[in-house]
Amino acid sequence: MAFDKVLKNVINKCLKQPKLLRCLSTHFKHDIEDHVGSKIKWTSTLDFVSPDCFSPIPTYRVLDSRGNILNKFEEPAIENATLEKMYKDMILVNTMDKVLYESQRQGRISFYMTNYGEEATHMGSAAALDLNDLVYGQYREVGVLIWRGFTLSEIMNQCYGNCLDPGKGKQMPIHYGSKRLNFVTISSPLATQIPQAAGSAYALKNQNRVVMCYFGEGAASEGDAHAAFNFAATLDCPVIFFCRNNGYAISTPTEDQYRGDGIAVRGPGYGITTVRVDGNDVLAVYNATKAAREFCLERSKPVLIEALTYRVGHHSTSDDSTAYRSQKEVDERIQNDNPVKKLRLYLENKNLWNEEKEKEWLHLTKRNVLEAFNAAEKILLPKWTEMFTDVYGVIPHHLRKQMNEMEKHLENYRDHYPLEKYST
Amino acid sequence: MARVAAVRMLNAVTSKYANTNCRTLSMTSVAKAKEVAVRDALNAALDEELERDDRVFLMGEEVAVYDGAYKVSRGLWKKYGDKRIVDTPITEIGFTGIAVGAAMAGLRPICEFMTFNFAMQSIDHILNSAGKMFYMSAGRVNVPIVFRGPNGAAAGVAAQHSQCYGAWYAHCPGLKVLSPYSAEDARGLLKSAIRDPDPVVILENEMLYGVKYPLSDEALSKDFLIPIGKAKIERDGTHVTIVSHSKGVETSLLAAKELQAIGIEAEVINLRSLRPLDFEAISNSVKKTNHLITVEQGWPSHGVGAEICARVMESDTFFHLDQPAIRVTGADVPMAYAKALEDASLPSPADIVDVAKRILST
Repeated sequence: MAFDKVLKNVINKCLKQPKLLRCLSTHFKHDIEDHVGSKIKWTSTLDFVSPDCFSPIPTYRVLDSRGNILNKFEEPAIENATLEKMYKDMILVNTMDKVLYESQRQGRISFYMTNYGEEATHMGSAAALDLNDLVYGQYREVGVLIWRGFTLSEIMNQCYGNCLDPGKGKQMPIHYGSKRLNFVTISSPLATQIPQAAGSAYALKNQNRVVMCYFGEGAASEGDAHAAFNFAATLDCPVIFFCRNNGYAISTPTEDQYRGDGIAVRGPGYGITTVRVDGNDVLAVYNATKAAREFCLERSKPVLIEALTYRVGHHSTSDDSTAYRSQKEVDERIQNDNPVKKLRLYLENKNLWNEEKEKEWLHLTKRNVLEAFNAAEKILLPKWTEMFTDVYGVIPHHLRKQMNEMEKHLENYRDHYPLEKYST
Repeated sequence: MARVAAVRMLNAVTSKYANTNCRTLSMTSVAKAKEVAVRDALNAALDEELERDDRVFLMGEEVAVYDGAYKVSRGLWKKYGDKRIVDTPITEIGFTGIAVGAAMAGLRPICEFMTFNFAMQSIDHILNSAGKMFYMSAGRVNVPIVFRGPNGAAAGVAAQHSQCYGAWYAHCPGLKVLSPYSAEDARGLLKSAIRDPDPVVILENEMLYGVKYPLSDEALSKDFLIPIGKAKIERDGTHVTIVSHSKGVETSLLAAKELQAIGIEAEVINLRSLRPLDFEAISNSVKKTNHLITVEQGWPSHGVGAEICARVMESDTFFHLDQPAIRVTGADVPMAYAKALEDASLPSPADIVDVAKRILST
């Protein structure tokens, strides 16, 4: 094909300029500049490209560690109320994490994952999106859902799998989802959301919406990530790939996860516009996501954002991170690079926050979280018929038969079952 | 793949089953038997085979520094170092392909999946690369590799983390598929698999890792091997044959105990190997008992039990049955998250007892 195309070009040129026609028979034009659509630059020097010949992609930030603006032209024009909501939602996530983590330890729910340390990646990116945008999470993005309006009750109901859980108790805790908020339900298998997000973006082209896809630097090692990046680039999908590079995939540190300049450097390789940001700087995350969203919409192309952050908590309630990292390392990060503190200092500098407000909000949040928690625990479990639903769109004959048998059985023996625990 | 629940409530599982007394159920000599947990039996088998053959190495997610998500490789990285115990990035299809390539080049990789749920990413390399390379190369390239990790229903981790892959892999020619139940099985089958010239899939059971079983002196020997393709009669009986594998063997043995109390002597066959399948053992037993029940945690459709029943139909064993053979299986639904439904979705001793009573008309 390539050769045919080149030959055709040459012939066409020759026909237009008859004096060149003679050249065709004796000379062939070798210096093609295009390899079936991609540009070629020729060289006579044998040079291997070393990964060290590039300096690291710089990390964009707006705030310093004390919450001061580094360059006033980069300070985003965010309304005061919105800034305050960013901070309040961070505290809310922290408070909720504490209660739910402890409740798993007490055996009241089976599983939990905390979000400590990654609050700025949630709030900064969520605030820059439109509610109409479609979001795919990995599993550690509950702050994004909260920002979009997911209520404490909805969270607690999911973790308890009660009858108000939209998942009808069929999923493990933290597998949230909300059609109302355009947030696709979390799926346990790692990285499957990345190609799905590219596919959704392909379907939603030219609808003034983008797809936001969160994933970790560990998930970026899965084959799915490669497929997603390549397809989003070649199919011009308006999707933001948002990598939360938090340093660890369970116990695997980034140095064992990849070589080279992190996840960001892969973007240009796929032909994807890319930026790296300080994931612990909520304003930097906001600016990057906002600009990425505009780029996606204007050009109908993907963007890759790599946000550098740190997973302060254990991977999940199944993990004990002291087995592979020191408490000192964690403490130092909490002390010196704390996204919540950083935003608080910024707000205090702007006179938007103070100790009194902090106390008041902490108190209120704790009360609200515990109220929602206690309420969810008392709510009835889903109706028994739910065990026959949702495997197929229409309940097939053999399941319908079992359901009817069960119904008759319960009519006859209802005293033998704790039916009072289940909704009717 | 999913890290969400990989190591969930390991301790809870261990303690829940720590008191299960399986001593009376084993057929191995118990006089001097040492109680060993399945996890430790696997660990010792790995250690011995790593020591015996320097072509053997272990690779997978979290297997080195972290000692494995389920601590099966505890201490091995400290002993053998980075060259033999290799932590990998999270790319199942990637490290499975690499392990297969290493086997093609003459090494003997043991490829650990954090759970077999994540091996779905790797299935192309397991079936098309490892399983068929010997055939496709007309016998010139063999793939001596072991794929292992926990399989089957765990506890409280819902549909995407709880399923049995026994029937999936046993479907495929070119693979050998083992499904150990006890510490003896785990130890002997793993050692045999590592020494085998063909690709072997070992489906361990997450819920059995912490359970202790007696190991005889013979089983503790460094040269203890269990032949691939041979079942084990876990319990002799004359009235009904119960065939099972992995966790289902435990359930079957508990059922056999209950049946004994009402005068039914069940013969329990532990398949150990799903491919090749020891049909001779099943057939001999059915010829004695004239009744057959199969027990598995996997789904019924096209499953291990279905295969056994079909082989009975196709052979003269059929004429020895007094009643139709019955399958006791996992429920034909994605695994429920709710504990009560999860329990109900898996075969229980009571399910087996009911079926036995029904076919024996007692």
